[in-house]
Amino acid sequence: MRDTTLAQVLEARAARTPLAVVTRVSDGAQGVVTPDTADALLPPEAVADAARRLSTDESGTVVAGGETWFVHAHTPPYRMVVVGAVHIAQPLVKMGVLAGFDTVVIDPRSAFATAERFPGVRVVDLWPDEAMSALAPDSRTAVITLTHDPKLDDAALGVALRSPAFFIGSLGSTRTHAARCKRLRREGFSDSEIARIHGPVGLAIGARAPAEIAAAILAQVVNVRRGGSVTG
Amino acid sequence: MPDSATHIQAPADTQAAPADEVLAQARRWREAGQAVALATVVATWGSSPRQPGSQLAVNADLDIVGSVSGGCIEGAVIGEAQAAMTDGKARLLEFGVTNERAWEVGLACGGRIQVLVERVGDSP
Repeated sequence: MRDTTLAQVLEARAARTPLAVVTRVSDGAQGVVTPDTADALLPPEAVADAARRLSTDESGTVVAGGETWFVHAHTPPYRMVVVGAVHIAQPLVKMGVLAGFDTVVIDPRSAFATAERFPGVRVVDLWPDEAMSALAPDSRTAVITLTHDPKLDDAALGVALRSPAFFIGSLGSTRTHAARCKRLRREGFSDSEIARIHGPVGLAIGARAPAEIAAAILAQVVNVRRGGSVTG
Repeated sequence: MPDSATHIQAPADTQAAPADEVLAQARRWREAGQAVALATVVATWGSSPRQPGSQLAVNADLDIVGSVSGGCIEGAVIGEAQAAMTDGKARLLEFGVTNERAWEVGLACGGRIQVLVERVGDSP
């Protein structure tokens, strides 16, 4: 792989734009395919396969022009947006990073949202609606609110519910969640929109300690992302 | 240079390195002027812990980031990576239960895996 190709891949991933590296397995000859461009050295069948793999998110081989090519689909990383730099957020963002999520913490309360509490993670200290609008959740984004504070959680949920985020979850008891749903209904969200929220967030594994609750939340996010078989 | 197959254990703590971190580290090594090779899983059959696209990067000091298996074939892959760093040629490796080398390196999951090893950097 050329240094320029490596730089191009890292740039595309940082910019959240899809890019495929297509390599002839016999000798390592290599070209790049993006939604708008394709390297001239690549056979058309390999380019077509790369375009398909960029949408299905699966790397694999294709035979084109009598040769086997490997299509490495670099699709934008999944993101986890955590609202509330609270105790549970600390293990959750660590686990999110380990699971490959591009993880962001939002909390306007500067005492909570410190770099020391979240080493190596992007911490945004803006009000949640403002921060969420700037992050623009897409279909590869999970949004999890942890504050229990309606003025923080609801601000984030308002933006999340208007976005195609693949997962929306809110921490809080069943009673807290019922009150939350009521407030969102008053804000004009329909029952089916509100039903997108996993609340209380996390699989029912009997979690008690913060790290256990974080594990329950991450497991639920993975279950949705991968189409797992756990319901509820 | 030591014989990698006998000296290298895939460090367990690198196995969860996110995809970006493997390539980002490869670039940092390149920017520091180091030789780097990249190993990529291109195909798997049967049970295999890592999917196509899983990568491992290694430099001439045998620092490793990422993984291409549960740790079974890393030693053999790194040996080929060292060769690729030297001669600049890409190579396709295959490990499986029908392959004597797989027993030697211990592909305990019983699957079969193809790994492409290439040098990072412009051609000589």
